[in-house]
Amino acid sequence: MSAPATSMFTPAAKAMAEKLDLKMGRANLEEFASTLEELAKANPNIIAVTSDSRGSGKLAPFGKALPKQIVEVGIAEQNLVGITAGLAACGKKSFGVSPGCFLTARSLEQIKNDICYSDVPAVLVGISSGVSYGALGTTHHSLHDLAVLRAINNLTILVPADNFESHQAILFAAKATKPAFVRFGKAAMFNLHKPETKFEAGTAITLRAGNDVAFIATGETVVHALLAAGQLAERGLNCRVISMHTIKPLDTEAILKAGRECRAVITVEEHLVHGGLGEAVASTLLQGGVGKPFRIVGIPDEETVPGAQADIFRHYGISMEGLCETAAKLLK
Amino acid sequence: MKSSLTDQELQLKAVALRRAMLRLIVNAGAGHTGGGLSCLDILNVLYNRVLNVSPQTFTSPTRDRYVQSKGHCVEALYAVLADCGFFPAADLDTVCHYQSHYVGHPTRHIPGIEMNTGALGHGLPICIGMALAGKMDSANYRVFTLLGDGELAEGSNWEAGLAAAHYKLDNLTAIIDHNTLQISGHTRDVMSNDPLDEKWRAFGWAVKVVSGHDYAALTEALSQPAEIGKPTCIIANTTKGKGVSFMENVAKWHHGVPSEAELKQALAELDAAEAKLKTSEK
Repeated sequence: MSAPATSMFTPAAKAMAEKLDLKMGRANLEEFASTLEELAKANPNIIAVTSDSRGSGKLAPFGKALPKQIVEVGIAEQNLVGITAGLAACGKKSFGVSPGCFLTARSLEQIKNDICYSDVPAVLVGISSGVSYGALGTTHHSLHDLAVLRAINNLTILVPADNFESHQAILFAAKATKPAFVRFGKAAMFNLHKPETKFEAGTAITLRAGNDVAFIATGETVVHALLAAGQLAERGLNCRVISMHTIKPLDTEAILKAGRECRAVITVEEHLVHGGLGEAVASTLLQGGVGKPFRIVGIPDEETVPGAQADIFRHYGISMEGLCETAAKLLK
Repeated sequence: MKSSLTDQELQLKAVALRRAMLRLIVNAGAGHTGGGLSCLDILNVLYNRVLNVSPQTFTSPTRDRYVQSKGHCVEALYAVLADCGFFPAADLDTVCHYQSHYVGHPTRHIPGIEMNTGALGHGLPICIGMALAGKMDSANYRVFTLLGDGELAEGSNWEAGLAAAHYKLDNLTAIIDHNTLQISGHTRDVMSNDPLDEKWRAFGWAVKVVSGHDYAALTEALSQPAEIGKPTCIIANTTKGKGVSFMENVAKWHHGVPSEAELKQALAELDAAEAKLKTSEK
């Protein structure tokens, strides 16, 4: 046992971030909240629905600025999703905001029926998802959400990697005429994109070119893949890094291209290794006739190791060092 | 859709609707017969006397909304919507058939249906969202939902019960089809929810208890919110299988499908009820 990790990044990883000129931004959750507030000030039909979660969702300023555009339902996630659906059915652009662990488990049936099957243009926002709540334990982890949501028809699933993708994901969701789910963590994130980057839901963004290993990553793990690619470049390996910000619909073209052009493929996600990005990529490659050395890096099917998010990431190899090791083994 | 039909004319319509419902269930080979018959009079009054909605106004933002939380009784709703002209009555011949959108629970593919329901405990939260939207827009539409009494074991209803009172949603009316039976038997044996009226009052709702087959009482209870600043709960005491003697208060008719002989007998009873109503009309 050791004390909680003080940082997500080792000194070597921090040095690589500096070398790659990555600047630290804010938490994606904060970017979400300020983007939503900005949009809601211009559009009174935007309504945030919270389950005693306005603090966790960084929506307290939204609530103060726009008290008529926030609905508090108390600690009642099933009710939150039903109300979000009813608002959307009556012309509101409703955003149901609740911790990912509760939102996508306790109220899964409401997501399936009230939002997706009824086809209302509501947005669900899973906050503090994955292992963001770290040492609070498995009750507060959402490592199942992508798997269960992928299995529901009529839902766009977005997992932004940095502040830029978070901003763009909310702009997309606010305009969407179909149901959408957006997943956020709560750690401050490095900015990975240039402001002029083109963002389109369903189209992956290639952050770095290369044909040795393709890292296909999503959400808060993308930065680790980028750092690993930087580290591997110093060993003479050119690695591709793809930010798969949309889990559904999946950019199968980018996956097949990477599979065909690279010597190996590694997927990275803050999710159980079952049912998430990794298995979606594996399915795409196999059905596309592409057979390359392949690894899914994520949380294995076991009781998750106790610890902070940084501890858990490092424990399971979701780090610059861990991904370099996985790449080296895969290319042997 | 407000008509000028008298109680007696509506009762005659109810006979025709029961007939249509039974026929479509037999044709579909599936359906929730007992609960459909218990809630049919409520739907008849709602659509012909209370709801401000018609095929022509169904897309109007200011229409009244009805969400059938006890979605399994869709056959009664299909019969009423067809009668009101939301879709051709011939469509009822396709219920539960391959590639027909008229599936065994309500979906928005069907004109007149607001939300997809069928899993229980969903209608009331959805209606709170609809009622809140109405309040936000200062629109004067009302929102109605129909719940089964067995359905009340779903905890989401009670989450919603708190929220509706918290937000003082007097534009919301929940009707409970209190037929006291569910698929496994008497609700009091499966999971008792008595006293229902006291529970809803304790949650901050205005409560009315009426006979769910009394047209005058239903009309009076449904025509306006019971109390300003409170959501309305109408406990409609009904008979499961109402109108067909051998189906009344028999749990097996929850989703029993009549045989041809049983249908014949049921239709004969409805013919007799119709004749009696017509005689009393004279």
